[in-house]
Amino acid sequence: MRLYAVVAAGGFRRYATYRTATAAGVFTNTVFGFILAYTYIALWDARPQLGGYDMSQALAYVWIGQGLLAACAMMGGGFEDELMERIRTGDIAVDLYRPADLQLWWLAGDLGRAAFQLMGRGVVPMLAGALAFDIALPGSAWIWPAFLLSVLLGIVVSFAVRFLVALTAFWLLDGAGATQMAWLLGLFFSGMLLPLPLFPGLLGEVARVLPWSSLLQIPADVYLGKYTGWGLVEAYAFQGAWAVALLLAGRLLQSVATRRVVVQGG
Amino acid sequence: MAETVAVRPEGSREPGGFAYEERPRLLEGLRAYGLIVAMWVRSTMAYRASFVMTTFGNLAVTAFDFLTIVLMFTHVDALGGYTLPEIALLYGVSATAFGLCDLLLGSMERLGRRVRDGTLDTLLVRPVPVLAQVAADRFALRRIGRILQGLAVLGYALVTLDIAWTPLKVAMLPVMVISGAAVFGAVFVFGAAFQFVAQDASQVQSAFTYGGATLLQYPPTIFAKDLVRGVTFVVPLAFVSWLPTLYVLDREYPLDLPQWVAFLPPVVAVAFGALAGLAWRAALRTYRSTGS
Repeated sequence: MRLYAVVAAGGFRRYATYRTATAAGVFTNTVFGFILAYTYIALWDARPQLGGYDMSQALAYVWIGQGLLAACAMMGGGFEDELMERIRTGDIAVDLYRPADLQLWWLAGDLGRAAFQLMGRGVVPMLAGALAFDIALPGSAWIWPAFLLSVLLGIVVSFAVRFLVALTAFWLLDGAGATQMAWLLGLFFSGMLLPLPLFPGLLGEVARVLPWSSLLQIPADVYLGKYTGWGLVEAYAFQGAWAVALLLAGRLLQSVATRRVVVQGG
Repeated sequence: MAETVAVRPEGSREPGGFAYEERPRLLEGLRAYGLIVAMWVRSTMAYRASFVMTTFGNLAVTAFDFLTIVLMFTHVDALGGYTLPEIALLYGVSATAFGLCDLLLGSMERLGRRVRDGTLDTLLVRPVPVLAQVAADRFALRRIGRILQGLAVLGYALVTLDIAWTPLKVAMLPVMVISGAAVFGAVFVFGAAFQFVAQDASQVQSAFTYGGATLLQYPPTIFAKDLVRGVTFVVPLAFVSWLPTLYVLDREYPLDLPQWVAFLPPVVAVAFGALAGLAWRAALRTYRSTGS
């Protein structure tokens, strides 16, 4: 356990080093938040209560999305590129020798990264949004910890998906295509572009049961107080179930992949 | 790698001498750009299947933007007073112009990394303008996917819109796409100049390039006046698509601007481009290698 805590702390520190990059990221998230917020205002002006949200809730949704974008790595930018590179070059063999579990090792590092990005790139855009727009705030104080737990589960789901994607490098070698597809699907089905209740018919139903809804839609709905009592437990159970299922799938794929590792000598 | 570019033109008069010193700088830069681009295209074409897939992927990435707008229109008939085909025209022009610019100059985002790791030094010692080398570095032909997607939306808009076409309006279309690409190009060059100072702040550049392209996909009526003022008078993105497109659509201009501003994009592109060039030169002079 201690080992993984150290790895997580390392992940945190590593991203904390890039201060200019973090500031630049905050700036970009804020700019995009503004653009998106104005489009939502136009949309909710035409259709108040669209998707069951009022205007201030829709605006809160926009800024939660910008705040979670980096933490949940919805556009990539986590560990996956590095892991793929290690698989491609064969450095993965060294990792497999380590007296640590491959998946847990990367999970710990990614949680550290996410923790930093939640603070470094999450808080400021949300504050900016709250200052510039009339955004809905949680009705009671207990919503904040409930929201953070949901975000944590979302980050684990996000990790589990990206771990699976990274492992495809064992077969594809060049994982650029797989990564691109993954973040494309993630961006769309997390509700980053448009809240999932606004997706029409079957598309909306499918989008809600896919793992990506754990990344933004569910945390945002927890924040907006859409889940209470057992509903909240069910929401956590949904996120948790996806997290466990995807992590297990990752383990399975990992064992299949490592059995066919061929280290190219050098 | 860019290091293997054959930069010495054939028919160089003295052995070992470089002929471009006798050519104007701009031509020299364009020629070098062309050579480097051709090299990257050749290397891309070595893996044709991969090229087709990544181009398609690039097309799909941007297609999701438009899909989002289409999904919005399943709930409303108009956004900020504009119908879907009208927004499609704004989108198509902005996406095509940005795609064109991204294809030609998109690699400049990597400049910050080169400054950080010191590989920019390699570019400085070559007798080729640095800007041309940075712009052509890792030229990615797959970015053509973005242009195709923009053109597709533009085509949809032109088919569905009922526009009273005049020769002036017809001429406006190619003019605004090309000068729009040039305006975006100037933003890229400004961004690259900024990266000399900020080093790992390439995301700031994305806010203006990708952010600007996203902004222009929606009508100006939905944005706050100050924001519209900013993208008209400070970073003149409004000249990429808003002002000329609103002329084609016979719509009112934002900020009560006079009608003739719709014809300014080429002028704005040249002026803003010249400013960007000055900023680039100033930034390049401040460059100090990391020494590594």
